[in-house]
Amino acid sequence: MHIPDGFLNAPTAATMGILACAGVGIALAQARRHLPPRKVPLLGLAGAFVFAAQMLNFPVAGGTSGHLIGAVLTAALLGPSAAVIVLTAVLLLQCLLFADGGVTALGANIFNMALIGGVGGWLIYHPLMRLFPGAFGRILGAAFAAWVSTVVAAVACAGELAASHTVAWNVVFPAMAGIHMLIGLGEAIITALVLAGIARARPELLDLPAHRTSAAAPITRARREGTGALVAMGLLISLGLALFVAPFACPWPDGLVKTAQVKGFADRESPRPGVPTPLADYRMPGLPTGLATSAAAVTGTVVAFGLAWGLAWGLTRKDRIAGQAGSACPTVSSRGSGERI
Amino acid sequence: MALLPMRLAGWLVIPAAALLISAGLIHVPWAAFLRRLLWLEPLAAGVALMALFQPDGWRICVFLLAKSSLCLMTMVLLTQTTSFAEILQVLKAGRMPGLLLTTLALMHRYLSVLGEEMHRMQRARLSRTFAPRRRLVWHTLASVLSQLFVRASERAERIYAAMCARGWQ
Repeated sequence: MHIPDGFLNAPTAATMGILACAGVGIALAQARRHLPPRKVPLLGLAGAFVFAAQMLNFPVAGGTSGHLIGAVLTAALLGPSAAVIVLTAVLLLQCLLFADGGVTALGANIFNMALIGGVGGWLIYHPLMRLFPGAFGRILGAAFAAWVSTVVAAVACAGELAASHTVAWNVVFPAMAGIHMLIGLGEAIITALVLAGIARARPELLDLPAHRTSAAAPITRARREGTGALVAMGLLISLGLALFVAPFACPWPDGLVKTAQVKGFADRESPRPGVPTPLADYRMPGLPTGLATSAAAVTGTVVAFGLAWGLAWGLTRKDRIAGQAGSACPTVSSRGSGERI
Repeated sequence: MALLPMRLAGWLVIPAAALLISAGLIHVPWAAFLRRLLWLEPLAAGVALMALFQPDGWRICVFLLAKSSLCLMTMVLLTQTTSFAEILQVLKAGRMPGLLLTTLALMHRYLSVLGEEMHRMQRARLSRTFAPRRRLVWHTLASVLSQLFVRASERAERIYAAMCARGWQ
């Protein structure tokens, strides 16, 4: 999903640059206020972790393979603004050191992956986590947020490319959205499995009641972040989507930031006929109206949510057995940390 | 250069010439340079191919390919001539926020460490299991990753202690 140099025109690159700078600036201000100093090295290490994780490929259907983005995973582990900083650092390093993703497209890439992945993912993850207590809610929220944020990021990427007149919307949108609905499933599964693994090994890292006693205080537990900053970053994301996706699709909801992310696809079901959109000229081949697209999107969302539910159920059920086994033999639990430090 | 509109396509000759001359002056290892470029080119070509599906597509496609190839060459040249420490110096001079700089520096430092740790874990896992089944691939990958994160967070604690011991505030 890394946009290379030369594919965005000047207005798009500049707008995305401004939006990304604003978002990262808010995240940095949040971190300065709420991040304890002892968590600063963790940001760098988490960046290296995400980078290493992105090198591992997982098999997608049809012989192709995808790799983890890791934004929702980072947000679930470290909180949204830390995730934005970590992902921004990852993208900067990939751009400057490995020429992966362009310098002029950096703003767009940061917006798509760090902001939509980190903050947008958190806005889905957090309510679900609150709704369902324990590891179940965390895994369900993270898996579903991983899928949604991957697809939304791909759609935003398509919108930016189309707004730059690089590729036609009716080609790039089905290609990007279609592929990433599959890749998003992989991202969701890996995110859920990794979170379940961490919950099993070090539950206190996830802020879960530990069934193993650990001498070291959990380093990743985040202090409560300000909701104002979250709302501001959410608004930035909606603004970016409104600028680059809405002209091609139909009006996106503004205002309700939280639902904008979750229901973004569902709201496409009712295109206002009065609003003139470029979609009138760019009809999708084989699809008479936008109805088929939105039906596909709704079906995909429901399937993804179902999958997330199933994953969370299956993984936490196994966890509960593991937890009972762990509490049954305290000799194992006391060995947990301490040794490697 | 990257933002050049299409009607000025002819101007691309100037950065291309400048790039080739500077690359010639510093005696770039051409084999490594071209190999690196070949690795990166498919990513750009994928997007450029999608540009074919529109009126006058092939001209846009060729233009995009030329533009992005030049940019890629510039970046490869930069990474082959400049160390990351120097790039960080430039970013620092450009008033990049300190937290982001620290994150970047630490990340660059521990990239290979974590990468090696991951490969070590994978090798250990491979030596203990037979040919992995398709379902197991996911489990292995996830367990390696979750263990890697746990180790990374533990390492971060040790690094923080070391940083404090050396007078970091």
